[in-house]
Amino acid sequence: MSGDGLLVAVDSRVHRVPAQVKLVALFVFVLAVVSTPAPVFWAFGLYAAMLVAAVVVAKLPVHVVSRRLAVETPFIVFALLLPFVATGPRIDVLGLELSQSGVLGAWNVLAKGTLGVVAAILLSATTAPRDLLAGLERLRLPATLVAILSFMIRYLSVVSDDLHRMRIARESRGYAGGRVGHLKAVAGGVGGLFVRSFERGERVHLAMRSRGYTGRMPLLSQAGAVRSQWLEGLTISLLAVLIAVMARVVGL
Amino acid sequence: MHVPDGFFDAPTSVATGLIAAGAVGFSLQRANREIRETGPALAGLTAAFVFAVQMVNFPVGAGTSGHLLGGALAAALVGPWSAVLVMSTVLLVQGLLFADGGLTALGTNITLMGLITVLVGYFLTRAVLKALPRRVGSVVPAATVGALVSVPVAALAFTGLYAIGGAVDIPLSKLATAMVGWHILVGIGEAVITAAVLGAVVATRPDLVYAARHLQQDLVLVDADGNTSTVSPDRPIAAKPAGRSLGVGIAVTLVVAGGLSLFASAHPDGLEFVGAKLGFETAAKSSAAAGSPLADYGVSGIGNSEVSGALAGIIGVLVTIVLGLALAKLASLRANKAS
Amino acid sequence: MSGPAIHVERLVFAYPDGRQALFGVDFTVEHGERVALLGPNGAGKTTLVLHLNGILGSVAGGTGSGGIQIGGTGLHREHLAVIRRKVGLVFQDPDDQLFMPTVRDDVAFGPANLGLRGAELDERVHEALVQVGMQDHADLAPHHLSFGQRRRVAVATVLAMRPEVLVLDEPSSNLDPAARRELADILSELDVTLLMITHDLPYALQLCERSLLMDDGRIVADGKTRDLLGDAELMSAHRLELPYGFDPLSVSGPER
Ligand SMILES: Nc1ncnc2c1ncn2[C@@H]1O[C@H](COP(=O)(O)OP(=O)(O)O)[C@@H](O)[C@H]1O
Ligand SMILES: [Mg+2]
Repeated sequence: MSGDGLLVAVDSRVHRVPAQVKLVALFVFVLAVVSTPAPVFWAFGLYAAMLVAAVVVAKLPVHVVSRRLAVETPFIVFALLLPFVATGPRIDVLGLELSQSGVLGAWNVLAKGTLGVVAAILLSATTAPRDLLAGLERLRLPATLVAILSFMIRYLSVVSDDLHRMRIARESRGYAGGRVGHLKAVAGGVGGLFVRSFERGERVHLAMRSRGYTGRMPLLSQAGAVRSQWLEGLTISLLAVLIAVMARVVGL
Repeated sequence: MHVPDGFFDAPTSVATGLIAAGAVGFSLQRANREIRETGPALAGLTAAFVFAVQMVNFPVGAGTSGHLLGGALAAALVGPWSAVLVMSTVLLVQGLLFADGGLTALGTNITLMGLITVLVGYFLTRAVLKALPRRVGSVVPAATVGALVSVPVAALAFTGLYAIGGAVDIPLSKLATAMVGWHILVGIGEAVITAAVLGAVVATRPDLVYAARHLQQDLVLVDADGNTSTVSPDRPIAAKPAGRSLGVGIAVTLVVAGGLSLFASAHPDGLEFVGAKLGFETAAKSSAAAGSPLADYGVSGIGNSEVSGALAGIIGVLVTIVLGLALAKLASLRANKAS
Repeated sequence: MSGPAIHVERLVFAYPDGRQALFGVDFTVEHGERVALLGPNGAGKTTLVLHLNGILGSVAGGTGSGGIQIGGTGLHREHLAVIRRKVGLVFQDPDDQLFMPTVRDDVAFGPANLGLRGAELDERVHEALVQVGMQDHADLAPHHLSFGQRRRVAVATVLAMRPEVLVLDEPSSNLDPAARRELADILSELDVTLLMITHDLPYALQLCERSLLMDDGRIVADGKTRDLLGDAELMSAHRLELPYGFDPLSVSGPER
């Protein structure tokens, strides 16, 4: 796994929005989506349309978005089961007897989950990890947490590479044990990986102390976002809130 | 188990968000001294490690695979409070950098995978450790039990949350049976990997295992003139004496397990059991559900009354504990024979 | 009252897991000297240099004894900040040293801890990056750099603190020949006291007139690099080998 997350390094209006604005925008958007009643189908159509527009403006390749949608799979399975296991009145669909609330529940999970994932992809594909950290710092996430996050992101690729190298080494030695032997070998390798990671953590701390670290990390962020940037970045989210409110009113 | 947006209703998400924020805040405070001494880099690297290890899959059966959650392992290695921070960081990075796990569900995910697995895992580990010989190596069977139990308890907590804030009414006793049953299997994988990882760490750097810090031996030092002296190991943060951890361990597990399933079964409007049974039976027969965890484990629960059905969760966890303790005993007997 | 650049006396140290790494180390390095620290793997070289700015040893709460003075200042808890400014340590693995999100953040880390801010800080960062020829890569993340570039940035992170003593742990390891030569050019330009751990004996001869040989946690030889490398018996007794065809007596070194 790369330490860049899902970043697509192109330049676009979405890329240029300050990270703290995008974080707030994402949160507000998803909150609006989640609190929209499932039967108000047009609202979800509008949300999807706005997200697609944002993906286009951000110049994100379709395959980046679609490949990432796969993280949802376990919950798609769960959602598809709902019509069968849920209680309540039954309806007949193509000879299958399904629960009405289950069908709606499946739609609810699928629609909201998918919109949430696409919105999150939009954030992670347009924001460099360093900017994300600076944004979290601006949003007053505790400094210790920002520091831990920063080190984690920095060493993600290093640790993953270590793991990868260890697997290559194991496989190139022609390892061919049964399932139990395999599990043992993998787990032993993972144990070694922890020792390596931990010792690296110790050395990094030594390197920090030898450059005068006394417990306070330097700040990452400099300038805050100006009002026009907030307005631009929050456009979609504010529209989403409006839609969510209207959906509630219509639903009454 | 990464819950996406919209899976639970908004109040549940907000409530678990508050729980998670409180837990992270509390852990920051408790881990403050440790992090000042060992540095945030260590926690960050442990988080990177957990992240990498979560990508290693193991077979669970029926052609499916699970992966390590790592809560109990992290707790044994770096202590419960740092582990809560580590797991929360992992989930935050997965959510923000990799779009894995919804942002409004972050609190739920932290509560389930960052808090419950860590606390159940750690306190059970410390509890079992008390019953085993006072050696660093004892941490291996002890954490095996912690890991084994932590996963089904988290699954039970998931069921409890579903009872409170699930979007659709489904028979909870069956959900509980299915989730716990399935996750006992995942828990076995978790336990095996946790044991092997800790075994490897104990073999090379026993001083790194937080849960066994108090079991380390004294050092012998030879100076420039060849004189020897004995000093106790450099122990920046002494682990708390094992005192109440047996009680705490069992209490944490049972409060989470019992409390949540009782709440689940007592949930007033969530259960319409007659219809549920009928509906579920049709479902189990339909081909779409065959081969799924829900089908495999839900069916055996049919016909039980609601109470015993919900109790299945607790029984499952208890069975896991007994199984785990037996395993620990066996492992320590073998270890004693070997040494 | 400025004493020698480095003075180490009867240094003893054991790691927390009980393994003793130093068994009474003594040596002195004068200002402006360039000294190579040679020895087989596990000799305790890294452990020794980590003592020089107090990140290991009894000042750091570890198990050990003995004394260290840097430029006449004793290494005590109350002088730690001063000593860490004077001694710049470049770690063996640049990934250990580059822990911030970008090259610029990383080079700024040390000077920012010294209290520099704003334009002064930017200037210091730029100057250090120019010294190692990396000024055009300031905004990259470390994992986007080649290994040789990361090693150079690691040197820059320390140069930005303007140390009096520069200590390097195996600076030429894992470098390709061109990167190895570029680094030698950078190091020979610097006007500091230099202590360099290395297994690269021609590198030691090229850059350092004097060498210390360490084995089993003790200094076992101290002299002119050329003399040490020429002593076949001493070399083989401590598992040191010259590259095939390399004759230390026939190449020119830094001594005049
Ligand atoms: N963090 C550590 N914990 C325990 N032992 C260590 C640690 N680092 C090094 N050692 C041991 O100390 C000895 C000296 O190591 P080191 O100073 O790294 O040697 P060198 O740099 O000369 O190869 C070795 O036996 C090594 O295994
Ligand atoms: Mg070394």
